[in-house]
Amino acid sequence: MNGQHGIARRHFLKDCGIGIGKIAAAGLLAGGMPAIARGGLVDNPLAPKKPHFAPTAKAVIHLFMAGAPSQLELFDEKPTLARLEGKPLPKSIIGDQRYAFIQPDAAVLGPRFKFSKYGKSGLSLGSPIAPLGAVADDICLIKSVTTDQFNHAPGQLFLNTGFSQPGRPSLGSWALYGLGAETEELPAFVVMNTGAGVSGGTSLWSSGFLPTLYTGVRFRNGSTPILNVGTPDKFNADVQQDTFDLISKLNEQRLGVVGDPEIATRMSSFEMAAKLQTSAPELMDFSDESKETIDLYGCDPGKPSFARACLLARRMVERGVRFINIYHSGWDAHSDVEGSTKEKCGQTAQGSAALVQDLKRSGLLDSTLVIWGGEFGRTPMVETNPALGRKAGRDHHPQAFSMWMAGGGIKGGMTYGATDEFGFHIVDKKVHVHDLQATILHTMGFDHERLTYHHAGRDFRLTDVHGHVVRDLLL
Amino acid sequence: MACLFKSESHSLLKNVALAFAVAVIFQVGLQTEVLVGQVSFNDAVRPILSNHCFACHGPDEEKREADLRLDVEGDVDLDELLKRIGSDDEGTVMPPPSHNKPLTADKRTVLRAWIVGGAVYERHWAFEPPSKFAVPNETHPVDYFVDRKLSANGLKRSPQAEPAILIRRLYLDLIGLPPTIEQANAFINDPSPENFGLIVDELLQSPRYGERWARKWLDLARYADTNGYEKDRDRNIWPYRDWVIRAINDDMPFDQFSVEQLAGDMLPGATEDQLVATGFHRNTMLNEEGGIDPLEFRYHAMTDRVATTGSTWLGLTTGCAQCHTHKFDPITHDDYFGMMAYLNNADEPELYLASDLAKKNQTQAKTLLAELKRHWPKSTEQKKEPEFETAFNAWLEKQKANVVDWQTIVPDSMMTNMPHLTQEDDGIIFAVGDTTKSDVYELRFPAMKNPVSAIRLEVLPDKRLPQGGPGLTYYEGKHGDFYLTEIEATSSDGKAIPWSTASSTYAGNAFGGKGVGAEMSIDGDIQSGWSIAGRSGFRQVAVFNFKERLPAGEAFTLTMKLGRHFASSLGKFRLSVVDSDKTLSATLLSADDENADAEQTFLMQSKEVEKQADSIRKLLHPLQGRSTLVMRERSPEFSRKTFVHHRGEYTQPKHEAPPRLPDAIFDAEDQRLPSNRLEFARWLVSRKNPLTARVVANRQWAAFFGTGIVPTLDDFGMQGDSPSHPELLDWLAVELMDQKWSIKRLHRLIVTSKSYQQSSNYDHPNIEAERLLQRFPRKRLEAEIIRDSGLAASGLLVEKMYGPPVRPPQPEGAAANYSQSKWKTSEGPDRFRRSVYTYQKRTAPFAMFTTFDASSGESCLARRDVSNTPLQALTLMNDPMFVEISEALGKRMETVEGSEEAKIVAGFRWLMTRKPTDSELESLGAFYQKHSSFTALARVLLCLDEAITKN
Repeated sequence: MNGQHGIARRHFLKDCGIGIGKIAAAGLLAGGMPAIARGGLVDNPLAPKKPHFAPTAKAVIHLFMAGAPSQLELFDEKPTLARLEGKPLPKSIIGDQRYAFIQPDAAVLGPRFKFSKYGKSGLSLGSPIAPLGAVADDICLIKSVTTDQFNHAPGQLFLNTGFSQPGRPSLGSWALYGLGAETEELPAFVVMNTGAGVSGGTSLWSSGFLPTLYTGVRFRNGSTPILNVGTPDKFNADVQQDTFDLISKLNEQRLGVVGDPEIATRMSSFEMAAKLQTSAPELMDFSDESKETIDLYGCDPGKPSFARACLLARRMVERGVRFINIYHSGWDAHSDVEGSTKEKCGQTAQGSAALVQDLKRSGLLDSTLVIWGGEFGRTPMVETNPALGRKAGRDHHPQAFSMWMAGGGIKGGMTYGATDEFGFHIVDKKVHVHDLQATILHTMGFDHERLTYHHAGRDFRLTDVHGHVVRDLLL
Repeated sequence: MACLFKSESHSLLKNVALAFAVAVIFQVGLQTEVLVGQVSFNDAVRPILSNHCFACHGPDEEKREADLRLDVEGDVDLDELLKRIGSDDEGTVMPPPSHNKPLTADKRTVLRAWIVGGAVYERHWAFEPPSKFAVPNETHPVDYFVDRKLSANGLKRSPQAEPAILIRRLYLDLIGLPPTIEQANAFINDPSPENFGLIVDELLQSPRYGERWARKWLDLARYADTNGYEKDRDRNIWPYRDWVIRAINDDMPFDQFSVEQLAGDMLPGATEDQLVATGFHRNTMLNEEGGIDPLEFRYHAMTDRVATTGSTWLGLTTGCAQCHTHKFDPITHDDYFGMMAYLNNADEPELYLASDLAKKNQTQAKTLLAELKRHWPKSTEQKKEPEFETAFNAWLEKQKANVVDWQTIVPDSMMTNMPHLTQEDDGIIFAVGDTTKSDVYELRFPAMKNPVSAIRLEVLPDKRLPQGGPGLTYYEGKHGDFYLTEIEATSSDGKAIPWSTASSTYAGNAFGGKGVGAEMSIDGDIQSGWSIAGRSGFRQVAVFNFKERLPAGEAFTLTMKLGRHFASSLGKFRLSVVDSDKTLSATLLSADDENADAEQTFLMQSKEVEKQADSIRKLLHPLQGRSTLVMRERSPEFSRKTFVHHRGEYTQPKHEAPPRLPDAIFDAEDQRLPSNRLEFARWLVSRKNPLTARVVANRQWAAFFGTGIVPTLDDFGMQGDSPSHPELLDWLAVELMDQKWSIKRLHRLIVTSKSYQQSSNYDHPNIEAERLLQRFPRKRLEAEIIRDSGLAASGLLVEKMYGPPVRPPQPEGAAANYSQSKWKTSEGPDRFRRSVYTYQKRTAPFAMFTTFDASSGESCLARRDVSNTPLQALTLMNDPMFVEISEALGKRMETVEGSEEAKIVAGFRWLMTRKPTDSELESLGAFYQKHSSFTALARVLLCLDEAITKN
């Protein structure tokens, strides 16, 4: 892989011995630039590319629970904590861990919810996330994820870009860089946000030092999902069509004079813009979804919600979107972890489960990887601070947290890894964020050590110099 | 973190610089015999070694295998080397298969030819000082080098561009705006070189020039108007942006421009402007997320400063050496932290710019204070208010009981975990240096002559502190606040001396809202305390009463615990004691206050007139007017130490790292090692440094030609690209220094060359030809220039310079980020200012700029992408800002006198400069005929590829 598309393109043209202007013009007569791009004559950085080996996941949907859900309330059942409630943890356990808000000697807070078993696999889930039980045998729960970061923005950046400060390419951008796009009618990397704002901001879906066109495109909750995709009211459809036509005509004339193939690319980008103007509203039109499907998600098609975003994600995958982020913020339960977890699960649990079910019955789950999780976990210790008006919460916990994945070549019906009796440290099968990233790239057909980009004097990759594919998780 | 290996992306063709060798490669494949004596180490061999061998046989001692080093001349068994690179055996072949970097046959041949030819090493070209190659008289030096290279490759420069194309190119390059029709005609009617030269001189004097070129510098400076990370709150640093515009318009010599930005505060008698200039390295991000370790993020800011300095001046990718010795370039792990040490000894205060505002406000405040009493509420039928006199007298009586003869005490030892406490006059204690989330001040006092019943803590404002103090809070909380969680007294035998009561003259909490005050500092709870949110810049007092008076002759220690989920220590304070029979409360009254003073003190703290008092406090605040972020070097007594960090990680400091420079670029034998930031800055722009002038000249070149002579603008190291015209680059670099680092002269030199003025039309496309400048490379305009061109063409552009950032219109929802901030679109002229003045939010950049590849301000950016996407098309067509521009352009076209054709031609020329062709005119006319809308027509023009391209 390399970043020198322009060079490669021109090499090719040179070696063919044909003038660029002529090729481009000929291509236009034959039906527009994208055709040429697909033919490989003029390099299109989004042209579909083959990964290193056959992928098991053609698409990825990352349900990012921003703010960090409590693994101790939802996935990692710890009776010991109930017993220890009100007492401090042994000093030897805590070591020199730094915390955001609490003192290391804060008392233990017992789990707030009852756990029950689900599916043939006997997946153990806390009561707020019980709806997930419906797909217990499709998901792989990892109870031993660990990260290096204990603050939100750095933690979210780390999970998305492998680095704790802004400036590196996100997972979705790497995927596009390596695979190109399958669709020209929608952006290949889409970002939705259904909660409050997201800590890491645009850097979470940034292309970093990769070419900017690998950046995730925000789908917004308002009437026009993509910025500027709607034609302003003052221009009617007729004007809009004639505008596209005239721009194209004048650009083509100029191309004939100047001969710069970049003009042809500009023409093709206007053609794709026109397609986006129709495909985006079509995507947002849920009238072809059955009532049963809508009920499965439990969403109101007319109102933005996490569940609706999940349904949208399925529709996007059907249309060839490669990488989808759905952020849902508000999991940061420094106070009242019980109420907060209930509330957040109420907003997300059914939608997440429905997405897996819906993908499965439409035959898409095998080739679509669904990832669910936050940027770190929450402490076994309580966070209480009258000066800040906080009680019965949990602070940030980077050492151990839970995530789940489903589909896209990941084994379902499996629980992987374990933490100690306090849920503090991992005692079995540690999965570092870099390992997770290596594994996700693997499902997309990449050797994470070979998916590199040369920048600032060296080859960068998502996993830096770390990461091992967690083969136990693969089918 | 560690560096990875470079991919197979480099064209071997490019690196075997000889046309002859090129022919050999492409026609018959490489043959060793033919190449012996022909391969240059720098051009052909080093890139191969660097790619395939240096990772294990390069500068990094820790990773070096078999004690073999190939990056410098040494004791190498050449026969063995030949054998190993040619071996078919997996166990002996080099590089080993596990390395994933096998040598191609051609590369092996190049290495073989080099070895057979005697393995002659050369120093890396960029580490040799540049020298001027002689240029024949009366030849333009740029054309001399460009033409020489072209003809050596059997190529010829293109003819001069059409005057209309050329003049537009010149305007866009020099001032970032297209010419008006009149300005264009002034050249089109007289396209002589003399006239061109005159126009160049005019443009170099235009204030618009500074605005255009400042933007490029601000990309390197990673300038933005917010702090970044989660909260991404606003910061005030636009005076630095304005400084850059002014300095560039004044053609401040680049050496001075550099020294003032890197170390303006250390210049003797530094002026305010020179302080403002140090904002360059204050453009690092600041994480205000609750609960972070502030020093960890300070460390990240430091690594950013080293990387930015490396890219901007040295053209070296220092980042690799943060974690370990650079694998390709001769920068060791210690060199990296040695460079950091130069930059690491500064504090980071806010500078309030001089103005007469403070004086004016003082006067106004005095008037308002005198009138304050008149605002005392009068009783009405509905509501009974206390009489002023009654209320005042009751208050005064209470206060007077607390006015006692406090004796200032001075500690004989002061210890802390981190901040540095100093003693100033009148018993004042002042804290400087870094702070943590849990700071402890331990003050030991000598035995007192008299018994002590109470201790008074005065917290004092000071202009040196954030927001005027008294606290050191500089992020997350209210700036200038503090949080005293506990104050403890212990006797000399270590026993706690218990308090009875405590009180404070004011308490305010920025978080949580309840339970704040000096009484919370003696409650034994580390989570509660005293802070004064909302009252920075003013003196407050707390009084702590002992349960039992401390007998005379007793020494004691006061321990103050400061901080919460953010660092919030105390910056300036004073302690005093008294022996009193009464339990005392805190008061702002003093014994020598006149009645009038007391009245004012009373009114200023009365709920009844709080609103008025607040506006008076604003006027009386010690810091007034506009502020900006600057650097301030620490005094030697408490300099900050820099450590080498294992694997580059903040949590793993190892041995101390004294200031130093990499051996490869610093010859210790003929120069003295810079000892501090100022000397480092001066060295960067000295002739002793082989890199800076080249890096700067190359960057200017790239701004005009789209690609640098060295395409990797920020990497002149071993992994960077080789220069296409090495002699030209060196000539320009030396000329830049000879011309006293005048950037304007360099720009003039470039644009007056025929190479710059040639046509951009394609003839026979060919990658080498393009790099050799056989034609002028056409490039899409930068985001800001696209917007500014539209504003200029439509007559909307407002030329007002400088000042706080403005918010042009953008689509609804574009600005949404974590803080859910609303984009409050500027009204009036501020909607249409030059783009360099647009508010830059790091986590939610201005949508149109992002779409067109502008910098986000997150890191130093030497070269922007030039993408071409459907989102750009949608932006040009539908973004509310462009719709507004279309409307204005349409209206302006309508007002043109004459035929419909004349109107269309004018609109076309405002953007494209050239006249439309007959067929273009016909198409545009037909569109207008059908839709009768100049707005719709203007929209078409704004969307044309030519309108957003430098042709």
